[in-house]
Amino acid sequence: MKKIYSIALVLLGSLMVCQPLSANTLEVCGKCDYTTISEAVAAAQPFDTVLVKQGTYAEYNIGIVKPLTLLGENNPVIDGQDKGEIITVQSDDVTVDGFTVVNVGTSYTTDYAAIRVVKSKRYTIKNCRLERLFFGIYLEKSSDGVVHNNYIQGDAVNEYNSGNGIQLWYCKNVEVTGNTVKNVRDGIYLEFSDHIDIRDNKSIDNLRYGLHFMFSNDDSYTNNLFQNNGAGVAVMFSKNIEMKNNVFRKNWGTAAFGLLLKEINDSEISGNTFEENTVGINIEGSNRIDYLHNDFKNNGWAVKVRGACYANIFKFNNFLYNSFDISYNSKLNDNGFDRNYWSNYTGYDLNKNGIGDVPYRPVKLFSYIVNRTPETIILLRSLFIDIIDFSEKVSPVFTPDNLLDENPQMKPIRHDTNR
Amino acid sequence: MLKILKYSFYDLMRSRWSYVYFLFYLLLGIVLLFLNNNLNKAVITLMNVIIVLVPLIGTIFGVMYYYNSKEFTELLLAQPVKRSSIFLGQYFGVALSLSMSLIVGLGLPFVFYGIFNSSAIWDFSLLLVTGTFLTLIFTALAFVIALANENKIKGFGYAILLWLFMAVIYDGVFLMSLMYFEDYPLDKFSLVATMLNPVDLSRVLILLKLDISALLGYTGAVFQQFFGTRLGLVLSTVTLALWVLVPTLFIYRMARRKDF
Amino acid sequence: MIQIDNLHKKFGKNQVLKGIDLTIDSGGIFAVLGPNGSGKTTLIKSILGMVIPNSGSIKLNGASVKRNWQYRNDIDYLPQIANFPGNLTVKELIRMIKDLRSDKPADDRRLIELFKLQPFLDKKLSNLSGGTKQKVNLVLTFMFDSPLVILDEPTTGLDPISHLRLKKLITEEKKKGKTILITSHIMGFVEEISDEIVFLLEGKIYFRGTIPELKTKTEQPDFEHAIASMLSSSYA
Repeated sequence: MKKIYSIALVLLGSLMVCQPLSANTLEVCGKCDYTTISEAVAAAQPFDTVLVKQGTYAEYNIGIVKPLTLLGENNPVIDGQDKGEIITVQSDDVTVDGFTVVNVGTSYTTDYAAIRVVKSKRYTIKNCRLERLFFGIYLEKSSDGVVHNNYIQGDAVNEYNSGNGIQLWYCKNVEVTGNTVKNVRDGIYLEFSDHIDIRDNKSIDNLRYGLHFMFSNDDSYTNNLFQNNGAGVAVMFSKNIEMKNNVFRKNWGTAAFGLLLKEINDSEISGNTFEENTVGINIEGSNRIDYLHNDFKNNGWAVKVRGACYANIFKFNNFLYNSFDISYNSKLNDNGFDRNYWSNYTGYDLNKNGIGDVPYRPVKLFSYIVNRTPETIILLRSLFIDIIDFSEKVSPVFTPDNLLDENPQMKPIRHDTNR
Repeated sequence: MLKILKYSFYDLMRSRWSYVYFLFYLLLGIVLLFLNNNLNKAVITLMNVIIVLVPLIGTIFGVMYYYNSKEFTELLLAQPVKRSSIFLGQYFGVALSLSMSLIVGLGLPFVFYGIFNSSAIWDFSLLLVTGTFLTLIFTALAFVIALANENKIKGFGYAILLWLFMAVIYDGVFLMSLMYFEDYPLDKFSLVATMLNPVDLSRVLILLKLDISALLGYTGAVFQQFFGTRLGLVLSTVTLALWVLVPTLFIYRMARRKDF
Repeated sequence: MIQIDNLHKKFGKNQVLKGIDLTIDSGGIFAVLGPNGSGKTTLIKSILGMVIPNSGSIKLNGASVKRNWQYRNDIDYLPQIANFPGNLTVKELIRMIKDLRSDKPADDRRLIELFKLQPFLDKKLSNLSGGTKQKVNLVLTFMFDSPLVILDEPTTGLDPISHLRLKKLITEEKKKGKTILITSHIMGFVEEISDEIVFLLEGKIYFRGTIPELKTKTEQPDFEHAIASMLSSSYA
């Protein structure tokens, strides 16, 4: 692979020397001067535009090593015929716009991608449609780029032989916006990538995670939809991540969750909706996080707290119709719950101030028992469990004493007016 | 036996209680489906109702029928009919009419809702099958209790106690033992303990078929693995069948020896 | 016809029958009498197979009744308390009992007419009065032509006219050569129709014979006094 690159590099380099510098448009089509994209790219001068017209081009290993705009007209198709990587960018100031890229080769040794950017800056990849792929868009040590409005549709079946939709590795200052990623391994994957802005994406039906952070700091993801992914969204070993206004839906399965937080400190999670997940948020060893104005709807567990989690605050959230609202695996509680709405609350409000007069205890006895002895979950929905839950609610004996919401709201919180 | 069954069935199908029971299920089905409009949730709620109510109604109704038709039973005993035929006939008469109320009562709204075009048809069928099994089991147990107790009050008392044990106390003991022995591997134990109680077995069989099974986590996966196999399916069917068969055998034997 | 040898029956600690020997060969009307708890009903139920004796044997026409049920095809039984499945109609009940006897020829129409039951045929049994139920009960009993008829308190709840008809019916059946066993508390009724008395006391047969024999034995001029004297002498 590398050999081919270097040969191409030498060839293109020699061409560049011969041609004068000016911004031309090179057209590619069946009857044009150039009938393949590779030819046109090779012939182009830096800052030229290669305009590819409608049609299907059976090409792979298209290497771009000079600043270029690769523009597709009416969605031309580049068919890689499962032979390997399709477009590789190794230059600053490259734009790839408006292509349908299909049939990326699958390999167990090389991570072939539909579009790869290596050690480049100021790149834009937009309006592309990627199908039948291994990796989709692979950004490698590249910064200051934009990945916008792409549609990535994989056909992943097994984790071990499938790739990620959009992968960022050692990248900085990248905007990932308005993309749709479906049915790959991880929808969007970040490793060692900082200052990444992930907005308005849809990550659906992926085998593993909809979005996956590892060792990435100072990133934000907002207004995204994560639906029906194998496990949900995982944020691990990262700092200063902003998580706002996302929707986590239908991440349903034995080991699935909407959002997994592992070793995450000092963050704010607000305005998100967690709906129909096995576990809404799974928190492990995460401290000083504020959970504000989130909706937890119809989840198995809305929030599962495991391991040491200190000084987290839950305020103004709606907990609606979850099988379990909060689950703890220790008797200690250092987290605060205040002014949330709990649909399971059955107290009263005599002074009509909108706040229930009796505190709410979000941890059910059964959820406490299940945490102690996981096998007992098999008694879920039996009459006996209903009875003991009821009696615990009336007079708590086992659940943590201070784990309560002193000011449970009587009506669901309307986040827009209450903020 | 079939003759007795036929007439008991006729008699019961026209009784007010059958109608009430039937209408209850009809109403429940309609309310759940057309007000809630969520098939999956409807099935879950129905499961809750079925595993609690069906055994209760089965026991109470079985005991009640036995005591109420005592004099008529004596008349039948003087007829040239085998004793066991009379009681088995009555038992199946009661169990079948209860099952009918359940199946038709729940079935109608679901059919109108369009269950046949829905993927929930299997969950729903399972619901009806376990419901029928529970009816057969608890009516049989009720007859055994009634045959063993001449005293009506005692009979009712034991019947309620039986229901309470199966539906509540058993799970309490089960939970206690799980928590007490939490340091040991409990998969096999909980599998066996679930299999032994028809109420629990029905509950778990239905739960595993529903989305909600994801909540069962690792334990659920173990159960799924077991009940997903042919062996597991055969074993649970056999267990339920045994729960019908053994009390029926008791009815047969007690009926042969009893004085009237 | 009926042959009972050394019949014992215990209910719990209560020894009800303490060795009954009774043989009835010919047709005729036999009244089984005795104070409450003397074992009348237990004896009858033993013959019917409803009560299973602890020891002793009962043979009907030479065959033991133990573990046998076909013999009941030759017995018509009128139980003491009439109670039927409430939601069946009279017609259906009659049909059912006929069905159970594998559609043996039955005489139900004549009896329905005799007891004027036509208006009730399509009514549910739960809506009938006690007397009407007893009439239905009588129809069910007499509609088959069995050689042995057992009547447990047949007069309960009957109006005088039906009472007369019943008596007539019993006499007719007797004329056919049938054996009829009756228990009753109405002494007048017993005296009028029975050929022989079987008097039970504390689980044993205290007296068996015709009414004149009884009167002679007890030296009492009328039947009721004869019975009373038997009772008082036994308690004395």
